[in-house]
Amino acid sequence: MEPILELDGLSKTYPGGLKALDAVDLTVHKGEIFALLGPNGAGKTTLIGAVCGLVRPTGGTMRAFGHDLSTDWRRARARIGLVPQELATDMFEPVIRAVSYSRGLFGLPPDKARIEEILRALSLWDKCDERIMALSGGMKRRVLIAKALAHEPDLLFLDEPTAGVDVELRRDMWKLIGAMRERGVTIILTTHYIEEAEEMADRVGVIRKGRLLMVDDKAAMMARLGRTEALIDLDQPLAELPAALAGFPVHLERDGHQLCYRGGDGSGKGKAEVAALVKALVSAGIGFVGIDIHESSLEDIFVDLVAEQGA
Amino acid sequence: MSFNWRSTWSIYQRELLRFLRTAFQSILSPVLTTSLYFIVFGAAIGGRMPDLGGVDYAAFIIPGLLMLTLLGETTSNSSFGIYMPRFTGTIYELLSAPVGVAETLVGFVGAAATKSLILAAIILATATLFVDYSIAHPVWAVIYIMLVAAAFSLFGFILGVWADNFEKLGIIPMLILTPLTFLGGTFYSIEMLPSPWDKIALANPIVYLVNGLRWTFYGSSDVSFGVSLGITLGFLTVCTIIIAVIFRTGWRLRN
Ligand SMILES: Nc1ncnc2c1ncn2[C@@H]1O[C@H](COP(=O)(O)OP(=O)(O)OP(=O)(O)O)[C@@H](O)[C@H]1O
Ligand SMILES: [Mg+2]
Repeated sequence: MEPILELDGLSKTYPGGLKALDAVDLTVHKGEIFALLGPNGAGKTTLIGAVCGLVRPTGGTMRAFGHDLSTDWRRARARIGLVPQELATDMFEPVIRAVSYSRGLFGLPPDKARIEEILRALSLWDKCDERIMALSGGMKRRVLIAKALAHEPDLLFLDEPTAGVDVELRRDMWKLIGAMRERGVTIILTTHYIEEAEEMADRVGVIRKGRLLMVDDKAAMMARLGRTEALIDLDQPLAELPAALAGFPVHLERDGHQLCYRGGDGSGKGKAEVAALVKALVSAGIGFVGIDIHESSLEDIFVDLVAEQGA
Repeated sequence: MSFNWRSTWSIYQRELLRFLRTAFQSILSPVLTTSLYFIVFGAAIGGRMPDLGGVDYAAFIIPGLLMLTLLGETTSNSSFGIYMPRFTGTIYELLSAPVGVAETLVGFVGAAATKSLILAAIILATATLFVDYSIAHPVWAVIYIMLVAAAFSLFGFILGVWADNFEKLGIIPMLILTPLTFLGGTFYSIEMLPSPWDKIALANPIVYLVNGLRWTFYGSSDVSFGVSLGITLGFLTVCTIIIAVIFRTGWRLRN
């Protein structure tokens, strides 16, 4: 596999002394979708910023497409696109002009047909003459994506592409990312949502406090980190766990009013187990009035992960 | 090093479009201010003033007024041009693009200088409504205006990079540029100043700019045109070097 991006010992200490990146080693290969997962302040945006020239690294080396980014940045950057986390663009500009500008800025000749194609793919074509400020938040985000695609990058960074967008747009975004992968674009995205990594990524990296804790295949990662949590409200409080539930990863909470299940592997095992648990409750004659089931949040996983690392 | 003309052109074009979007206020306000100066100093006071160096007083102040507006507008246009993207975060795109200091400068400063030329033309046209004048060295006048516009665009660019809030953005123009321009011989010839003020005035760099432009208009001035030209070129060079250093170190542009 051809490496597209190679980071070697990449470090960044901000002037205040905060170590946002701590010797990150990472190789991303051609055509893959790589998801960078991490809680707020983990260093995801800093990592992207370092590659894209917004942040000056304080240590390590970076190579993109085989070019050293500290010396041969012009050739590398011409092939890299960035969709920033913040909605930052000239709000007074009409959509089509903003997108055409991005293409020109990256040194490509104007190409009306190409711009139209990009805008259509993002359902922005009918808004192409509108000023950006007149668009909804989700539409504005699409404009930023269109701007990043305008110079036909081979490597695309998406910094939390789905933060604050509705379900529909999120699905659209996933579709779009899939379509770009078809065209051979390598994509690196950051997210807080494990579900998103699950949906799209080939490989996942977990970053926390500037350190890349692990990089793994998505499937392997999900099996390792995914958890299902189910909260079952009982109609009668239990003093202790009945024998019928032995073998399930459950415990009592709220003075025995609630049964809490935590287990599974992020690949459906949890749901099946909860179903079995419910059957066991019914056959044991334990009444319940409500069930709340969800996949554990990334934050929960991080707590576990870091506890593991600390141990 | 390769120079990316397409990128430069994109930056230039976009900056000019931004200017045209606010054309009304960016043109109306200097035209109004200049007209007021002509009415007050040219018509009201000028009638009681003697000719200066053989030039009618109302005509005498034209180069100075032009310089006054040019310095202020160029500096503020250019400093806003780079400060706003930093402030709103849109600068990310420029920083992530395959463009270096040369493309950025030629784009931004070229656009700021173009705006200044448009403005200068409008002010000169406005002046014809109030006073008859002719330009002795029109080619030099255009060259000189372009040089001054470029120099102060660079200066504004530095201000826009240096400022980290709106107050700072306005403070240098207000506390340094405006006073120096007013004392820069727009409304008087420094020969009219009593000693030692005539000598002290020569320490004010704006005096050389105003007089440089005045020479291109009327063929005479308080200081020689060569000195004015030299000072303008020197200022241009210093600003260019500072900006090159800013880009090399990423100061205030990159975290
Ligand atoms: N310009 C800056 N100066 C100083 N510290 C900074 C700067 N930018 C970021 N940081 C700090 O660096 C750390 C990493 O920030 P970064 O933005 O990379 O996190 P992130 O993983 O993108 O977080 P989020 O999920 O909230 O976007 C944080 O502790 C942040 O406070
Ligand atoms: Mg971030």
